[in-house]
Amino acid sequence: MSAHANGHSHQSKKPHSFEVRVLRQEAPGEGSRWERHRVTYEPNLNVISVLQKIATQATTADGESTTPVAWDCNCLEEVCGACTMLINGRTRQACSALVDRLLEENEAIELRPMSKFPVLRDLCVDRRRMFRALEKVQAWIEVDDYFDRGAGPRESPQMQGTRYPLSECMTCGCCVEACPQYTKIELERLPGESDVEYHRREDEAFDEGFVGAAAISQAMLFNDNQTGAMKKGERLDALMAPGGIQDCGNAQNCVAVCPKSIPLTRSIARAGRQTTVRMLTKWFDS
Amino acid sequence: MAKQRVLVVGGGLAGLAAAMKLAEGGVDVDVMSLTPVKRSHSVCAQGGINSVNELTRQQGDNEAKHLDDTVYGGDFLQHQPPVKEMTDWGPRIIDLMDRIGVPFNRTAEGFRDQRRFGGTLFKRTAFAGATTGQQLLYALDEQVRRWHAAGKITMYEGWDFLSPVLDDDGRCRGGIGQNLVSMEIRAFPADAVVLAVGGCGLIFGRSTMSMACTGAAASRAARAGAIYANAEFIQVHPTAIPGADKLRLMSESARGEGGRVWVPRKPHDPRDPKQIPESERYYFLEERYPKYGNLVPRDIATREIFSVCVNDGLSVDADKQSVYLDLTHIPRAELDRKLGGILHIYEKFQGVDPREVPMKIFPAVHYSMGGLWADYERTPAGGLVPGSPRNQQTNIPGLYAIGECDYQYHGANRLGANSLLSCIFSGLFAAPGIQKAIGSLKDSASDEKYDQLLRGQRAVKQLEHDELLKREAGRENPYLIHQQLGDVMTKAATVVRENGQLRDAVEKVNDLAERVEKCALSDTGNWTNQNVLFTKSLRDMFPIAKAILKGALARDECRGAHYKPAFDMPGIDADASPAEKRRQAEEWCDAFEEKNRKWLKTTIAEVDGQGEPHLRYEEVDTTIVPPRPRLYGLVGAEIIEEAWRDRQAKHASNGAKATHAPQPVGA
Repeated sequence: MSAHANGHSHQSKKPHSFEVRVLRQEAPGEGSRWERHRVTYEPNLNVISVLQKIATQATTADGESTTPVAWDCNCLEEVCGACTMLINGRTRQACSALVDRLLEENEAIELRPMSKFPVLRDLCVDRRRMFRALEKVQAWIEVDDYFDRGAGPRESPQMQGTRYPLSECMTCGCCVEACPQYTKIELERLPGESDVEYHRREDEAFDEGFVGAAAISQAMLFNDNQTGAMKKGERLDALMAPGGIQDCGNAQNCVAVCPKSIPLTRSIARAGRQTTVRMLTKWFDS
Repeated sequence: MAKQRVLVVGGGLAGLAAAMKLAEGGVDVDVMSLTPVKRSHSVCAQGGINSVNELTRQQGDNEAKHLDDTVYGGDFLQHQPPVKEMTDWGPRIIDLMDRIGVPFNRTAEGFRDQRRFGGTLFKRTAFAGATTGQQLLYALDEQVRRWHAAGKITMYEGWDFLSPVLDDDGRCRGGIGQNLVSMEIRAFPADAVVLAVGGCGLIFGRSTMSMACTGAAASRAARAGAIYANAEFIQVHPTAIPGADKLRLMSESARGEGGRVWVPRKPHDPRDPKQIPESERYYFLEERYPKYGNLVPRDIATREIFSVCVNDGLSVDADKQSVYLDLTHIPRAELDRKLGGILHIYEKFQGVDPREVPMKIFPAVHYSMGGLWADYERTPAGGLVPGSPRNQQTNIPGLYAIGECDYQYHGANRLGANSLLSCIFSGLFAAPGIQKAIGSLKDSASDEKYDQLLRGQRAVKQLEHDELLKREAGRENPYLIHQQLGDVMTKAATVVRENGQLRDAVEKVNDLAERVEKCALSDTGNWTNQNVLFTKSLRDMFPIAKAILKGALARDECRGAHYKPAFDMPGIDADASPAEKRRQAEEWCDAFEEKNRKWLKTTIAEVDGQGEPHLRYEEVDTTIVPPRPRLYGLVGAEIIEEAWRDRQAKHASNGAKATHAPQPVGA
């Protein structure tokens, strides 16, 4: 029986074609509008192949010629994190959003850009703030150099089993998209402002905003590494600064939407305990 | 003199390794990448990274054997000194990755665990679950972020590389890039440009490669005069999951952890695979290659899978080609711990649990062994001179190529888990040489005297861009042309190659190359115009596509991934008398020697101003491991191996040179 191509036994009648609504925006700061497309049904489509079909058609459902929808993608197997968007209201990767599943829930597919990041165009958003947060929490191992100094520290399989899932985070942004505490930061570029100046101003604003679950979890990942632990204090200080862990409202949406099932709330709880200890230690030492 | 800088193009394993090593040396680095570097294609590498390790050493392994496996696996087409240097560095590279925090799987005692991969009998492969490439890339990304925070590395993420900038003496002085969002075209002065731009799988339409792997950046370098080598050697991975948008990789580690490939002996047996008894299953790799079993090199596994489906008609399903890759005999917990990442992918995209039901897989285009020609400086002992400015340099002074986009390490076929090693190695090893090269320059590309050159080149690219946008709309659709190119290339230049088909493909591709110039842009705006960027990349796929086809057409032999049945060497008649078998084996060895005299050569393509590649050939340095027939203990081929061994022994006792041993290139 399970010889069926995708092993699913749903034999519900598939439509000849289906509607795809895309929220389009020409450029940052401009208004957005819905555009309707009609796509011929084929089995085993995902949202990426739907967007590819729309690009090839270059015509809307109303028969008007249109520009291809802009979207980000790269690996198409849910390991690079590029193609995150809101699909029928849910934050997820377009590559692993299978049309057969989506049509079981809705007749049409609705695509919107992530709402917590500045829209560059259509479904493309700028997630630089997430990478800035990794810098803020010093999400790296401070090795002396890249010369040969033998192996790294021995590690138990249990500790590897703790670190590896945290290290699967692809900075896709689902966790912060779903987070009520993480609000959009979008600065308008000043006339004549250079890229460098603009990014500096952005970084300052980002550093005031909530770092989000992904970066908190990364701080825990590096605190768990024996060499990384030597900079544990600095990472915790970053998490205690404005925009740090105290901004977490414990909504727990992050862990529910993480495509890699990373135990984000566990990381946040651990970060909470570690920062408390750090605070008390500092207080007693002062 | 203004401060010198290096431009690294591409933020996968190779590019990031080079950037961090250069930054450590005190060099200011600009990293240009199509995507945020953390999203580079290296994340798709799954199974692991090879090196000799303490455990295999005690089982008789050493660096020389890793070298031997690599060049035997590559059918002796790669220059051996770079491979020797790489395999010597292997253990140190894994140690460094361990130090920078890669969560390698551990043994109960806390050592790094290893698995076995194809083309070797040793467990050389260190791994982090089944997302080793992702984990290695993240560790390098984190180091680069550290240098970014320290102000040593500047990131240009979301930029497309349009061309290198050469001065009147032909030296590279920088590059031109285009921002994917603002469409700004900018000149980047650089005293060395390092291309780490990856493979060209998108030329085949669908492959296991990511959407950024168009080969366009390498093609643009070739257009500027960089020579391109061994283009026709494209690896088709034996096990991928067919998909409408992508052929998703199913890692070799599935077989490394005990996965078995089989088909029902009865064609298209409709039974649930788990109900088919052992005696009615055909484990064709294990039967044909008892020594290596399911872990024969990729080119061989691919051809066998292809042949069992196409020639023997034993595909699992009648209407589409696939074989079973079966993990169901392995305990769930072990599968989750060692292969979780890839099982997750299969489950997510196929909706079937591969722990319960055998996977259905089929070969797919996966890796470009060929690429930009790169130089090296050889030591008398056969390794490379550390810190030599020649290492990894293309034929254009100041322009370097590392990672998948160079042709250096994998010859006619790459062994699994060697690419992560070659990418990191080439990046780390090239950096000191690049630093030395720019240190010997008397000026900086950021000096005022180069302003005019850089501005001029930028203006040329701006004009090309503006003309493309303004061009009168033609009728051609770039996305459809891409599909057609992929179809032609996949049909003619993958697993089996035939001269008539290749000739036909050359004509079709020439025709498509003309049609691409008449593409209508459905977007003529100047903001995040992915339409125009795609059209440019598509246009630049053609010189490489032509080089692949022309190289394959010219090469009348079988070598590694390049398989032309018309030029295959016939096997030995199994029913013949021992004496007759021996006579046939001697004949086989004569033919083998003759074939090597003619074809053990690097294919060099020079791309002219019209984007047309012209071929010539270069000798290969095989002075460390003499070439030998590549049979992998194929049942029935023992007699050939015996005849070859006797022949070598005789050569040796005559004091003659054992085999074909040309002078190293550039010696």
